[in-house]
Amino acid sequence: MSDNTNILVVGIGGQGVMTATEILAEAAIALGHDAKKTEVAGMAQRGGVVSSHLRFGKKVLSPQITPGTADVLLGFESAESMRWQHMLKKGGITLMNTARLVPPVVELGLFDYPQDPLAEIRKGGNKVVAFDATSIAQELGDIRLGNTVMLGAIADHLPFGAEILLECVLKRFARKGEALVELNRRAFAAGRAAVGAAEAVAI
Amino acid sequence: MAALMPAPAASRILMSGNEAVARAVWESGVKVAAAYPGTPSTEMMEVVATYPDIYAEWSVNEKVSLEVAIGAAYAGSRAFCCMKHVGMNVASDALMTLTLTGVVGGVVIAIADDVGLSSSQNEQDSRYWGRFAHIPLLEPADSQEAYDMTLAAYALSEQFQVPVILRMTTRINHVKSLVTVAERVPHVGAGFQKEPTRFVMVPGHAGKRIPLMLAREDKLRELAETSPLNFIEAGSDKRVGFIASGPAYMHVKESFPDAPVLKLGYSFPLPFEKCRELAAMVEQVVVVEEVEPLVETELRAQGIKVLGKEILPRQGELAPQVLRPAIDRLLGEVVPELQSTAALQVFPRPPTMCVACPHLGVYYTLSQVRNLSIAGDIGCYTLGAGHPWNALDTTISMGASMGVALGMDKGRGVTDKDKRILAVIGDSTFLHMGMQGLLDIVYNKGNVTVLLLDNRAVGMTGGQDNPGNGRDIYGEETPRVDFAALVAALGVKKERIHTVDPYQLPVLFKTIREEVKVPEVSVIITDQPCVLVKDYHKLKPFEVIDDQCTGCGNCIDVGCPAIHVTRRGKEIKPSGKEVDLAFVRIESSVCTGCGLCVQPCAPKAIVHHVPVSPITLVKSCGV
Repeated sequence: MSDNTNILVVGIGGQGVMTATEILAEAAIALGHDAKKTEVAGMAQRGGVVSSHLRFGKKVLSPQITPGTADVLLGFESAESMRWQHMLKKGGITLMNTARLVPPVVELGLFDYPQDPLAEIRKGGNKVVAFDATSIAQELGDIRLGNTVMLGAIADHLPFGAEILLECVLKRFARKGEALVELNRRAFAAGRAAVGAAEAVAI
Repeated sequence: MAALMPAPAASRILMSGNEAVARAVWESGVKVAAAYPGTPSTEMMEVVATYPDIYAEWSVNEKVSLEVAIGAAYAGSRAFCCMKHVGMNVASDALMTLTLTGVVGGVVIAIADDVGLSSSQNEQDSRYWGRFAHIPLLEPADSQEAYDMTLAAYALSEQFQVPVILRMTTRINHVKSLVTVAERVPHVGAGFQKEPTRFVMVPGHAGKRIPLMLAREDKLRELAETSPLNFIEAGSDKRVGFIASGPAYMHVKESFPDAPVLKLGYSFPLPFEKCRELAAMVEQVVVVEEVEPLVETELRAQGIKVLGKEILPRQGELAPQVLRPAIDRLLGEVVPELQSTAALQVFPRPPTMCVACPHLGVYYTLSQVRNLSIAGDIGCYTLGAGHPWNALDTTISMGASMGVALGMDKGRGVTDKDKRILAVIGDSTFLHMGMQGLLDIVYNKGNVTVLLLDNRAVGMTGGQDNPGNGRDIYGEETPRVDFAALVAALGVKKERIHTVDPYQLPVLFKTIREEVKVPEVSVIITDQPCVLVKDYHKLKPFEVIDDQCTGCGNCIDVGCPAIHVTRRGKEIKPSGKEVDLAFVRIESSVCTGCGLCVQPCAPKAIVHHVPVSPITLVKSCGV
């Protein structure tokens, strides 16, 4: 099997999952890797399920991550982090936002939202790091910073340093002014810190 | 869309297959490009429109887009046309005669097959069109190939004066990978030269073109044998050799790095000799093709022994997790169990309508009217078939709601005697292929109530402009269709045409109730814009006063994703009947104040949201 790094980013249409994966791809490419990024996102713009695959390494052939081979699962939402656990390899890690986005089918009483997604994921035996990226973004003043918080969260779980990823994130906001760049720098740092703190507790 | 400076030549760029094709279209000196949006093809034309020195358009449907490309090519210019797989069903009438006249300027038709049905009503294999129309078909396996093959397709098109199909799939259109780009090479058309025996396809002329078309196919087959787009990779494990094209090639290489592979890039006409060459190298040959067994069948007819769909699925993508176990079983090897984490069961999360979507008002109302049969169409409003509305009963193809509704009316069975027949169609779908159906209803005196949901956008594919909103692909002003005048011109009586605000539920309800009782065709036009386009303006958000909410759940039946249940309960009615209660809150940060949920709320518990800020607090203290 290939020696590519496989990162699965999951969430809901409109959360910025695909953009986050693209920024991760840009960081990998900036370091000279080959990379392919693909989605399973039918009508994702309408609040449906999105799973974005990123594979990078010396040479990437199939763009899709085969179930059981993802190194990292970055989950933008609790139940969605559960949904894709079968994609992780044994020993893979889940980095998940604890936010719960409840869809209309659950509100209508047709289905239940899982009581404790984090506990369910833990039962699988793989490492999980949970943090409230949505609240962190809100505290920084804008819920839309959640995307950058999530990228900060994965920054220390990549086969390369956090700096290049931060650079790729900030490049996106360069044209929108220094204030926004600074805000995103803080969001990125907050995401890194949240994962660091959660991991320290786990140990 | 604003024109950007194209990236300089020799840049290595992360591009989707769609972006790569658009770049190559521009570099090829194409003058005219036309398309109707459709997932997964839409971005090709969106990106083409960002390049300078090229005319791009959203056409009203795929057939028109191809005809525009044909006209430009007859004038000697290079032309491009793209569509999703079902679009070619519509465009095929033009294609099947275009193959007889051929082209002057090069024509490339990119067709995007939605293998795996991520956003389509069916799964089709567009490789049939190459065979049906006797024209060459190229199949890229990633973005770089999508770019390279588009350039190659224009050269091929002009060499043989033939339109060329670029067959893509979702896994090519939407995957991003690195592409090295080059310069634009201008191409100047000589101008239209009259030649009736070639361009006027009456029987006497067309009959003489058929032998030319068949001779052309023989030459194209010879070329396929030597084309660098078809190549054999020797490999060391001779037990199984593969013949593969498109994304399936990447999956084969990923799964069996040591196997001999014949990669088909120029996959129609098939290079039979190259296939024989591979077959002679290996113990057995497996054809890996998405979706139908086309190559497999043609090779069998040539007497080449191959395996294909008897060991591989005929539906969906042939990803490594599908390929590996199938080949392991073929070789009699133990199929290794996946070393993955156990799957966890989670509720489904189907796509929903957006917060404040004007369609919510329509479907909430339809869900409250009894005794309807509702013929639906293709667009966001197809979601009306889902919860909580369950208010759409058929979906077939673009514009089909009209004909299907008329057929339901004329073909009433035993249980349909008192049924009211409705058709629901969006503005863009109506202009694409619905107008003719409505004319048919009028002409044949059908008893159908048509709901024309005019949200001024092609919503499902991302809110593209169309003749209904009066903007072209560049966002520039253009004449806007007057739907009421249009349907009146088709013969719908003036008193049977109503324009209604879909956020005014009582008016909408009354209009639908009255019109379904009238035994002739009526058209009800709803006129509020899609919430994703710039015509939409947000209003003040709402919130729920918790202690006034009675838990009746009426607001939840609107189906807006901003409404959330805070707690559930039960209540015994005076009649002794037990009912479920659901108390709610509104996510005010996403609510845009459409007011739909306010209307069915009996206790008036939904009020405008008052943001908590120090100033407000001081003020309220002062009262």
